[in-house]
Amino acid sequence: MTTAIRVENLGKRYKIGTAPTKFQYKMLRDVIVDTATAPVRWARALALANKQPLLDDQPNYIWALKDVSFDLEEGKVLGIVGRNGAGKSTLLKVLSRVTEPTVGTVTVRGRVGSLLEVGTGFHPELTGRENIYMNGAILGMKRAEIDSKFDEIVAFSEVEQFIDTPVKRYSSGMYLRLAFAVAAHLEPEILVVDEVLAVGDAEFQKKCIGKMGDVAQQGRTVLFVSHNMSAILRLTEEAIVLDKGQLIMRGPTQQAVDFYLSSGQAQAGERIWDSDEAPVNAAPFRPIAMRLKDNKGKVIDTVRSIEPVTVEMEYRLEAPLTGLRVGFYLSTMRGEYIITSFDTDDVTKYEKFGARDSGHYISRCTLPADLFNEGRYSLGVNASSFGVRRYFQDEQALAFNVDISGAPGTQWAEPRQGPIRPRLDWSIEKVE
Amino acid sequence: MTELVKHDPTTIYIKPTTGLAALNLRDLWVYRELVVFMIWRTLKVRYKQTMLGAAWAVIQPLMTMIVFNFIFGNVAKVPTDNIPYPIFSYTALLPWGLFTNALNQASRSLTANQNMVTKIYFPRLVLPISSVLAGLVDFAIAFVILIGLMFYYQVTPAWNVLWTLPFFLLLSIIVALGVSLWLSAINVQYRDVNYALPFLTQFWLFITPVAYSASVISDKWQLVYSLNPMAGVVNGFRWALLGSGSGPDLALWISVIISLVILVSGLIYFRNMERTFADMI
Repeated sequence: MTTAIRVENLGKRYKIGTAPTKFQYKMLRDVIVDTATAPVRWARALALANKQPLLDDQPNYIWALKDVSFDLEEGKVLGIVGRNGAGKSTLLKVLSRVTEPTVGTVTVRGRVGSLLEVGTGFHPELTGRENIYMNGAILGMKRAEIDSKFDEIVAFSEVEQFIDTPVKRYSSGMYLRLAFAVAAHLEPEILVVDEVLAVGDAEFQKKCIGKMGDVAQQGRTVLFVSHNMSAILRLTEEAIVLDKGQLIMRGPTQQAVDFYLSSGQAQAGERIWDSDEAPVNAAPFRPIAMRLKDNKGKVIDTVRSIEPVTVEMEYRLEAPLTGLRVGFYLSTMRGEYIITSFDTDDVTKYEKFGARDSGHYISRCTLPADLFNEGRYSLGVNASSFGVRRYFQDEQALAFNVDISGAPGTQWAEPRQGPIRPRLDWSIEKVE
Repeated sequence: MTELVKHDPTTIYIKPTTGLAALNLRDLWVYRELVVFMIWRTLKVRYKQTMLGAAWAVIQPLMTMIVFNFIFGNVAKVPTDNIPYPIFSYTALLPWGLFTNALNQASRSLTANQNMVTKIYFPRLVLPISSVLAGLVDFAIAFVILIGLMFYYQVTPAWNVLWTLPFFLLLSIIVALGVSLWLSAINVQYRDVNYALPFLTQFWLFITPVAYSASVISDKWQLVYSLNPMAGVVNGFRWALLGSGSGPDLALWISVIISLVILVSGLIYFRNMERTFADMI
């Protein structure tokens, strides 16, 4: 066994405002201001130099990754879990050499292929065939290599009839299948995968997961990031948990996933966003907390299925917003959505609250009793103006358990299929 | 604990770089196929959904030549060393067009391929280099017209055109690539480049002997004038193809040296800025 990846004390620091947001670039005007204020900053930096090391936490810097170290042996599949902004994508970007680390070293043995986003370099005017060659070359394949895999790629993508049609005429599903097919046939020693399975129809997702399994069985090393816990559990034996840029746990996948689900996120049915935790680009929307409460107003993390439960979003608007809707996603731990609902779904509510002044708000909604089946569920939050902007989103803000004692059918000690378990009104009639 | 095999050629060390970045042209060589593919993509896409297609490669210099011919040839009657004005200006418009197209395309090459830059590793030099080289195809198409003009005006170049023309073509590529490297890297951080570029090329056109002959510049300014490497390129093209001017002299070598300085400094600047491209773009 040899080590395929060795990560030592890796850190990546971003200047706030330059990091994740796109289209943010300096103008010469800013430089002039910067230059004018430079002596002041230098003086301050000199004054601080004796007291703290240069790279220490300064107010306008954030560490997207900090002190991350791990080794990965060849042929292993490692899952990476963590909430949004925990540093998962930054880690993959550093490993695939897209961006440089600020401190630390990584030693990688072999060619790294990344599926950070499928279809990179696809050009809408080019045909499917041309894009396969183009995309293959961008991903680092040689022409001969693409030639030899061409038929396989086309067959996998299921777009044979349209292979000589410009991809701008493709449906989004076809486009995606073709893009994934190229990427999946790349044969690097190390494959880095970020959330590609979140897209496409169920059947294609299955195919993709199958392909990832094949890759792992061929003895190649895979790093796999996903919010889909069932995919992580199925594809990886070992996982690491990242939180605020730090590696907080490494272990067998089941343990790591349990740890992730029960840490922070699930605590007492409440998720609180500290002011430094909410993304800067969410402004003027500032999330404060999401809570789950029983009918007496007590915060709970285990819901009794025979009682109603209230979902509460507390937030602050720092400026008036129009068209705002705040809502939640309810999903199973396997990542299947059950409900998506917003506070202004009701037209009369929208007329009244579509435009909101700045201030402190709570949006609250009660889910009826007799809704859930036994199991563990996840609540996500979304605040957006339709077609305008998504201010804030956290797909897995909270997790909770459902206890079904007293629910219909519990006289039989058997698990029931399906995420919901409503109390249905049966009538039984004797016809004869 | 297992050990990494040290000095394995396929082992990649990722660490923060400090000081001057190595040019690492070997990495570029490994990705040479990508350069070819990018050129091919540019050409495939360039004239899509246009009515006239590749004819644009000819129309642009031809129309400019006609306008120049009217203004400078007929109205202002600038001296052309006894060469018919149309062929005199067209010969200069070829390398000039190559240069300005390269600047326009290459300075935008990184920002236009933003998703590649932020998602995938490859030597970023691939993007400006392929943009500049793709211009050679337009150059070749427009060159056909020049051959036609040479037949029409019965201009026969000296036999040494076989090596002088490639030499000056290479020189124009060096200048274009050098300036493009600077502009594309600056453009990642300062989009002002997009707005400044039209002025830059316009100004540069005035100080380059495209519409007029370099012989109108008085002797004492000739050396200063030759600090513009495009002046060397344009004079070189005229000398190689039409036999005008004195041929290689001190001014040419100044142009060559300046071109190389621009290229090497552009490479160094680009490579040093490259480490922040994915974060800044």
